[in-house]
Amino acid sequence: MNNENPLRNEIVTQDKKAKKKNVPASAKNKTLLATPYGLWMAAFIIIPLILVLYYGLTDGNGNFTLDNLTLIANPINRKALWLSLKLSVISTVICLLLAYPLALILKSMKLKDNSFIVMIVILPMWMNFLLRTIAWQNILEKNGVINTILEALHLPALNIINTPTAIVLGMVYNFLPFMILPIYNTLAKIDDNVINAARDLGANGWVTFKRVIFPLSMPGVISGITMVFVPSLTTFAISTILGGSKIVLIGNVIEQQFQKLGNWNTGSGLSLVLMVFILVSMTAVAKYDKDSEGTNAW
Amino acid sequence: MVNNKLIDLINISKSYNGNVIIDDLNLYVRENEFLTFLGPSGCGKTTTLRMIGGFETPDQGKIIFDGKDITKLPPNERQLNTVFQKYALFTHMTIAENIAFGLKIKKKSKAYIDDKIKYALKLVNLDGYGNRMPDSLSGGQQQRIAIARAIVNEPKVLLLDEPLGALDLKLRQDMQYELIRLKNELGITFIYVTHDQEEALTMSDTIMVMNQGYIQQIGTPEKIYNEPENAFVADFIGESNIIGATMVRDRLVNILGANFPCVDEGFGENKPVDVVIRPEDIDLVAPEDGIIKGRVTSLIFKGVHYEMDVMANGYEWLVHSTDLSPVGSEVGLRVDPFDIQIMKKPESVDEEAVVNNEQ
Repeated sequence: MNNENPLRNEIVTQDKKAKKKNVPASAKNKTLLATPYGLWMAAFIIIPLILVLYYGLTDGNGNFTLDNLTLIANPINRKALWLSLKLSVISTVICLLLAYPLALILKSMKLKDNSFIVMIVILPMWMNFLLRTIAWQNILEKNGVINTILEALHLPALNIINTPTAIVLGMVYNFLPFMILPIYNTLAKIDDNVINAARDLGANGWVTFKRVIFPLSMPGVISGITMVFVPSLTTFAISTILGGSKIVLIGNVIEQQFQKLGNWNTGSGLSLVLMVFILVSMTAVAKYDKDSEGTNAW
Repeated sequence: MVNNKLIDLINISKSYNGNVIIDDLNLYVRENEFLTFLGPSGCGKTTTLRMIGGFETPDQGKIIFDGKDITKLPPNERQLNTVFQKYALFTHMTIAENIAFGLKIKKKSKAYIDDKIKYALKLVNLDGYGNRMPDSLSGGQQQRIAIARAIVNEPKVLLLDEPLGALDLKLRQDMQYELIRLKNELGITFIYVTHDQEEALTMSDTIMVMNQGYIQQIGTPEKIYNEPENAFVADFIGESNIIGATMVRDRLVNILGANFPCVDEGFGENKPVDVVIRPEDIDLVAPEDGIIKGRVTSLIFKGVHYEMDVMANGYEWLVHSTDLSPVGSEVGLRVDPFDIQIMKKPESVDEEAVVNNEQ
């Protein structure tokens, strides 16, 4: 279940940044300090990636083949990938629409202590991820919490469980904090006088938001999108628990290849295809950001 | 100089969480004036400026701009622009885009905007910087861009909130002359906030000295320096000897037991007063020629002059002189009558601010 934890992505990106910054000054000692993480990265990130690459490009006998990659064209896999992309885009958009206004409100509250905000956002994550998702299953079930209440009120039952809606709900619920925090962080860093300057130069509230606040918050938006979109695209736990056996996402297909069919080659091949999709969409988002202002906001 | 009132602040009060920042302030700003709000931090000078800019609303009182009440008007609807302390440039835009920001909102033509950018960059001596990003400029350059960004909008008034505070001394002095030149070229009103008395004396037509939310004195730099109205102003502007004294009668004041002729009248007879004597106005003479006698206790060479402490009649006088008197030597002190500035002792509430501040 390790790949279900978006925090991992966060840690990786942060460490990369930290490393870059530290290189120039007294490089030797600091390089030494990076060794533990270097070893960790080699053992648990780079070597596994190489293995995935190896399995993905070979058949059961170790001969080179592209068959594992082209398997994505198989109607079932194609459908799963398409549904995965669709649901992750939807949940990313919903997360963005929920998180941005909240982040704006949190900024305007001008709390002295940021740890309060981190606390209320992180609090749900103190519970196990699977437990939270199973709780949603119980809430949404045919005879679950919602339907029991609806029945008591003599209202028609709601059939959300085992539908794409339930999966999107699960994704939004689980990944929303990863959208809120980076956006809030970039918004909180914007100097009030920069916003005052825009107002001073004649911009009304909306123009100030469109031309100044939003562009300046783009790094946070992009990191939020990444941290919601990527785990949503690769999830199989949420779709298994909330989608039943009826809805198959690409994560489920890959999981089945590894766990049930023991076919590491096909599983790795499909993972590689998924990785390409992630890289392409992330590059597209980053590029869109640069083009939209004609300048580099990073 | 045209002397029309451009801005009028009438009975302005403002408090935060029960703390009174500004109490019943009245002030007018004339067209084409360089007015400086001078005072220590927390005296209310920045709050006053922010109320004129529209970033704060007064609790009471009215702000009249060009004959219209703008008290409740948001900043984007006011015909004035602000230069902020830490530049507040838009870091995601180029220099040219920063300068064009206000003009684009006013939907000016591209040709007009391009012309204005060129003109503004030339005015602040940063020709050809249009395509750079703000982060690639030094602090002084960024501040000049912030000024350019404000003035292309042709405001009637430019508000400057400690714009040179973040710069080093040399650059700050250069920028002072730059600002005076800009003001003369543009022919608009500048309202300038600073806690640096030298900056205020160098640039302003008029200085308003503030402390604890009250105006202490308004006047020309010469008037503020030479004729401070109270001990706070005397102490805040330049160095001075502020001594408790008694007004014997008109034109005669008793300082530390010695009678000094002066030029002030109307304080009454045998009334306690404060006197201010600038250290450069004290003449060191032979002991027998002085009004009072004293002994030099310290001597520091300052370049232009010597700075000496002279102990006389129980008070340590600060004296600036180009003549050297060695430590331990006995000297006489003389002060010309017109160099003695007499001030009333604080009596009313706003004058008490002075006393509180000195504690």
